[in-house]
Amino acid sequence: MNERQNGFPNSFLRGLAALGQGAMAAAAHTGQMVMFTGHLLWRLLPAWTRPRLIVQELYAIGVLSLVIILISGGFVGLVLGLQGYNILSKFNATESLGVMVALSLVRELGPVVTALLFAGRAGSAVTAEIALMKTTEQLSAMEMMAVDPLRRVVAPRFWGAVFSMPLLAGLFSLVGIAGGYFIGVVVLGVDPASYWGQIQQQMQPVDDVLNGVIKSLVFGAVIGLIAVFEGFNAEPTSLGISRATTRTVVLSSLSVLGLDFILTAWMFGA
Amino acid sequence: MTTEPYITFENVHFSRGRKRIFDGVNIAIPRGKITAIMGPSGTGKTTLLRLIGGQIKPDSGTVRVDGLDVARASSKYLLAMRRRLGMLFQNGALFTDLTAAENVAFPLREHSRLPEPMIQRMVTLKLQAVGLLEAAGQMPAALSGGMARRVALARALALDPELMLYDEPFTGQDPINVGVLLRLIASLNQALGLTSVLVSHDVTEALSIADYVVVLNQAQIVASGSPDELRAQMSGNTFLRQFLEGAPDDDQSEHGQRSARNFAVALGLVPRSDESVQSKSDRREGIQ
Repeated sequence: MNERQNGFPNSFLRGLAALGQGAMAAAAHTGQMVMFTGHLLWRLLPAWTRPRLIVQELYAIGVLSLVIILISGGFVGLVLGLQGYNILSKFNATESLGVMVALSLVRELGPVVTALLFAGRAGSAVTAEIALMKTTEQLSAMEMMAVDPLRRVVAPRFWGAVFSMPLLAGLFSLVGIAGGYFIGVVVLGVDPASYWGQIQQQMQPVDDVLNGVIKSLVFGAVIGLIAVFEGFNAEPTSLGISRATTRTVVLSSLSVLGLDFILTAWMFGA
Repeated sequence: MTTEPYITFENVHFSRGRKRIFDGVNIAIPRGKITAIMGPSGTGKTTLLRLIGGQIKPDSGTVRVDGLDVARASSKYLLAMRRRLGMLFQNGALFTDLTAAENVAFPLREHSRLPEPMIQRMVTLKLQAVGLLEAAGQMPAALSGGMARRVALARALALDPELMLYDEPFTGQDPINVGVLLRLIASLNQALGLTSVLVSHDVTEALSIADYVVVLNQAQIVASGSPDELRAQMSGNTFLRQFLEGAPDDDQSEHGQRSARNFAVALGLVPRSDESVQSKSDRREGIQ
């Protein structure tokens, strides 16, 4: 009877303790990340003394992500074209299909969907690679050879992510606009001159294109930072690597979606 | 040549969490010799190498490498010290995205401005020294464990270090590879005039090439001296005799005897007894 009476407060206290422990762990993780960011910032410019390493990472992170980005961009463009045509045809405004597809992609879907795919394809790969290097003592070996792993391994991968993201997001949007053209103009019969003309008339280089580029740069930096941090701080076991890659994808995706709202409110808000 | 020790540990304390790894350890590692640091697994032998390399700092006490206080040195001096040391890691720690030759060239490319043909020539010499020139173009995944360790040794020697650290170099190696590594370590030390620190629990192998031996157990130094001095100390030191002769750990405590009996009962080797407490002599008879 006593046990039953004490059951609720005990389980409540246990839950509260677990919550507190979780909060403490999250705060410690955040603190570690801030410290790591500080250390990394000092190495970002010196990393440019070896531009070849950054170019290698642009290939590994950017070029090898092209297939998934281009295919996804094409499908998103097809869907946007189809949905846009159905909605715009109700208002006899199908000639605006081009600008609708282009603005949706350049302002929003291009940077965000590319970032989500990028986190899954490249972010997880970067985390796993660095974590495995740690597990097999490669980072330790570098340190003992008087080579700074943050400068030699981490900084080039961070720069690779920062520069790959805007390029990939741009290509995603271009392929998406082509997909919208195919479904709208080739399949559904929208006037091709209206499709391109409206885009040229209504898209603003600064408000639309530049803001999209800024978004993708920010997403690239955030995903790059999370990926290298999780890899560098992974527990050196197979379970540790698995957890680190999962955390990279989850944290990157949530950060991208949250930051997208903040950036959109700042750039396009009333 | 100066006779001062190359590395000294002065009253070094180090703990990991609640576990005490070193409790006031004093070690002097002589210059130009091979020193073997020995002890059972988990006694902090690898930790000792990391303290020498400055990757971790002691809780208190001083670690000096060629006069440099490693824990308190600025990063400039620490990096300069690390350029003069080579380390062979337990699993080689080769960079998996580089070929064997590129691995050996790595420290040369990082720390020298030598022209590429000169680097290639040096890589060839180092790989020749470990007898693996034919493996120059192979990736680490294609190398056997012994070959990977020898490539890692060539890489550690790339910058002509004064100090070589070996972390369990014989673990997991077949007898032929052990023999090759032993000959390499001894001949390199002699030919290049290195100071070598060899961490190992392979007693026979380590004692065969070591000039000086330090035995660690339970955060303390149990014995030190030349291999012959160590053998002379065996009769008066139970642990040392047990460790050097590889005798099993015969736990004579009451808890140890109870565990042994329970294990024997579980295996059906002795009949189950209802007595909760038996005398020590009874239990021994039961097991036998």
